[in-house]
Amino acid sequence: MSEAAVVGLLVATVQFATLVYLAGLGELIAERSGVLNLGVEGMMAMGAVSGFMMALATDRPWIGFAFAALVGMAVAGIHALVSVVMGAGQVVSGLAITIGGLGFAAFIGQDAVRERADAVFTDLGIAGLADIRWVGPILFNQPPVVYLAGLLGIAAWFVLNRTRLGLALRAVGESASTTDSVGHSVTLLRSGAVLIGGAFAGAAGAFLSLYMAAGWTEGLIAGRGWIAVALVIFGAWRPGRLAAGSLLFGFTLALQPRVQTFDLSIFGLEVNTISPALLGILPFLLTVVVLIAISFRARHRPSPAPAALTLPYRREER
Amino acid sequence: MSEPGGAAASPGSGDGRVVVDLRGIRKEFPGVVACDGANLTVRAGTIHALLGENGAGKTSLVNVLGGVYLPDAGEIWVHGQQRQFHSPADAIAAGIGMVHQEFRLVPTLTVFENVVLGSAPRYLNMGQIIERVAHLAATYSLQTDPSRPVWQLSVGERQRVEILKALWRDADVLVMDEPTAVLTPAEAADLGLTLRSMADRGRSVVYISHKLDEVLSVCDEATVLRNGVTVAQPRSLAGIDRSDLAEMMVGEAATQIQRPAERPSGDIVLELSGVSALSDRGLPALHSVDIDVRAGEIIGVAGVSGNGQRELAEAIAGLRPTTAGTMLLAGVDITGASPRSRSRAGLAYVPEDRLGMGLAPAMSVVDNAVVRSYRSMRRRMMLDLRRCEEFCRRLVERFDVQAGRIHEPVGALSGGNLQRLLLGRELTGEPKMLVAAQPTRGLDVAGIAAIQEQIVAQRAAGVGVLLISEDLDELLALSDRLIVMYEGQVAALMDPTQVTRAEVGAAMAGSTSTVSGGNS
Repeated sequence: MSEAAVVGLLVATVQFATLVYLAGLGELIAERSGVLNLGVEGMMAMGAVSGFMMALATDRPWIGFAFAALVGMAVAGIHALVSVVMGAGQVVSGLAITIGGLGFAAFIGQDAVRERADAVFTDLGIAGLADIRWVGPILFNQPPVVYLAGLLGIAAWFVLNRTRLGLALRAVGESASTTDSVGHSVTLLRSGAVLIGGAFAGAAGAFLSLYMAAGWTEGLIAGRGWIAVALVIFGAWRPGRLAAGSLLFGFTLALQPRVQTFDLSIFGLEVNTISPALLGILPFLLTVVVLIAISFRARHRPSPAPAALTLPYRREER
Repeated sequence: MSEPGGAAASPGSGDGRVVVDLRGIRKEFPGVVACDGANLTVRAGTIHALLGENGAGKTSLVNVLGGVYLPDAGEIWVHGQQRQFHSPADAIAAGIGMVHQEFRLVPTLTVFENVVLGSAPRYLNMGQIIERVAHLAATYSLQTDPSRPVWQLSVGERQRVEILKALWRDADVLVMDEPTAVLTPAEAADLGLTLRSMADRGRSVVYISHKLDEVLSVCDEATVLRNGVTVAQPRSLAGIDRSDLAEMMVGEAATQIQRPAERPSGDIVLELSGVSALSDRGLPALHSVDIDVRAGEIIGVAGVSGNGQRELAEAIAGLRPTTAGTMLLAGVDITGASPRSRSRAGLAYVPEDRLGMGLAPAMSVVDNAVVRSYRSMRRRMMLDLRRCEEFCRRLVERFDVQAGRIHEPVGALSGGNLQRLLLGRELTGEPKMLVAAQPTRGLDVAGIAAIQEQIVAQRAAGVGVLLISEDLDELLALSDRLIVMYEGQVAALMDPTQVTRAEVGAAMAGSTSTVSGGNS
C-alpha cells in the first residue's frame, strides 16, 4: 500500500470527521437541552443545496456556508415550534423534517444538479507546516471549515461547562421543572439549542456541497445525518468524546470508497475483499455496542443521556 | 390579625417584625377547595409551624406563598408590601425559599451546580464558586461536599442542598414542607440545629409538619389550618402540649352523619396477627399489628398521617410485603398471596391514591371499570367489548357516576366521580372484605355522602370494612370500633359511642396507650 494512498485515506478521514462532527455537535447541543432532533439528515440536505446555490449566485463560498447555516436554523425552527413551543412528539416532528427536508432539497436543487461550482472552499495550506511529510497534508492543508469545526467544539465545551448559560442548558435537559422553578425559561433555552443545532447541521451540509462533493446531487447526504445522530450517543453526549468518535466514524466513511483498492492483508484477510456496504454499518454497530455498555454501567450510576431527552414540558397548574 | 411591621415582639423569638403575611387566601381546584380564608403571619427570626391534617390546605397555602399557585382571592404581603407572585421566580426574588417534599434537584449535576443554578455568575469560576458554597454551608452547619454529583447523596444530604439553594438566593423565609418525613432521627436533629441557626441570624422558617412532638421542640409559633381555614395562631408554643395541638387540628364535630343503627355480629373475615412491615425507605412502619374485622362491621382507623395507616392498607392488599405475622381472609391464609388472589378470595381495596394507583387516568371509563373483572368478559381470546360496555353502564348507573361518555379518559372526571367509579368497581363481585383508604378525602359534600352511603350499605350486606380516614367525624359516625394508630402500632381500641374527640386526639398524639371502652 503506497504512502499516497494512506495519506489520502487519512486526509479524507479528517474531512469526513469534520462533516459528522459539525452536525453531531449541533445535535449534541439540542439533545443536552432535552430535545431529540431526528431531522439532521433533512437539515443537512437543505443546507447543502441552499449553500451551494447561494455560493453559485455570489461566487463566495463563505456566503454560501453562512446562508446554509441560516437555512438549517430556519428548518430547525419548525422543530422548535412543533416540539418545544407546542409540546408535540419530538420523534415524529424530527422524522418529518428529515423526510420533508430531503424532498424539498431535491425539488429546489433540480437546476443546480448539473452546475459545476467554482465557488467552493480551497485548502488552506498553512505556510511552513503544510509541506511536512505525513502530518502536513493531513493536518495543515485542509479547508478552513475543518479548523472552524475544531474551534466550535472547544467553544461548545466551554459554554456548556463553564458558563451560566451552559449550566442552565444542561439542567433543562435533565429536569425541565427544576430549571423552570429557578427562573430559567425552558422554552427559550430549548428553542435556542434546537436553532443552534440546525445551524450546525446546515453548515455541515454546506461543507459537503461546497467542498467534499463540490456540487449538489439528490442523495448527497447519504445517511451522514443519521451517523451524526448515532455519533452523539457514541460520544456519550460530550463534545470531547464526540470528537474522538467522529474521527473513528470519519475513518470508516473514508475507508468505504477506498477499501477495495487497498492491496493489504491483515492476519491473512485480504482487505480489498471487505464489502464497502458492510463497512457502512460499522458506525451504527459501534453505537449499539456503546448503548449496551451504557446500559450495563447504568446499574451503578445515571445514564449519560440527558434524563429529560424527548420529554416535552408543560408547567403544571394543579 | 396584626398589621405588617406593627406587631408586638413575641417573647424570646426575633424582633417580632412581620416578614410574611398571607391574608384570607382562597385557592380552589376543580371540585376541591383547598384553602378558603387561610391566614399565615410569620415574624423575623422565628420558626413557624404550619399545622393541619392531610388535606387541610397546608401545601396549597405555601405553594401560594412560593409562587407555584396563583390564589383565587386573598393578599400576599412580604416585608410590608403587597405582592403578586406569578411564578416561583417572583417568589424567589422576594426572598421566599421553598423546599418541597419532592426535591427539585438535578441528579447528574454537582452540589454546587445545583445550588447556583438560576442565579449563577455569567462565567463559572469553579474554584471560587465551590469555596463560596462551602463557606455558606459551614455557616449554617450544613455538611456537604460541593463538588460531588447529587445522585451520590443520601436523602438527608439532598435536603441540605435544597436549603443551600434557598440560602444562596438569600431567602429571608425558608418554607419546608414536611422536612423530616424523609429523614432519620439523627438527620432530623441536625436539621433542627440548622433551622435554629437560621432563625438566630434573623431569617424565618415556615415548618410544615404533623409530627406534634417535633413541632413543639423545634418551633416558636404556629398556625393551625383545618379544612383550608386558619383556626388558631398561637404566638408562643410555651405551655402548649401535644393534645392541645391535636385538638386544634382536629376541631369540633361539624356535621352529624347518620349512624347505622343495629350492629350485627358475624364471623371474623379478616384477621391480622402480629403483622409487621417496612416503609418505602426500608424503615419499620408497622410493628406487630393485631386487628380482626367481623362480617357486617366497620372498623375505623384513625391516626395522624404517617403512622403506618398507608402501610397497613397496602400490606392487607398484598402490595407491601410483610416482615412478620399472618393474615387470614375468611379463614384462608393470605399472608404471602398476590394481590390478584386476595382479590379473588374476596378482598376489595380502594387505595388512597385514587388516580395514581386506583385508576389509569389516560384510559377510558370502560377500560377502568372492567380492569378488575375483564377475565369474565372474554369471547375466545378477545374481550367482548359489548359486554364490557354493558358492565360499565350498569356500574355507572348503580353508583351514580357522572361520567358523560364512557369512552372518554377517566382523568377528566371530578374527584367524587372518580371515587364512585373506583368504589363501584371494587364492590362488584360481592367482596367479603373492603379496605378503603381515605375514600372521602378531598371530595365535595355530595361526593362524601355518596361514598359513605355505599360503605354503610356494604356493612348492612355483611361485608367487613376497614375504613382508614383522617376525618374524625366520619370515623366516629360510621365505625363500630375505632383503632388509633401511633408509630406503626395499634395505640388504642375505642368504642366510638363512648369516646370524645379530645380523647381520640390525645391517642393520635401518642398520649395514651390504653384500650378504652372497646369490645372484647
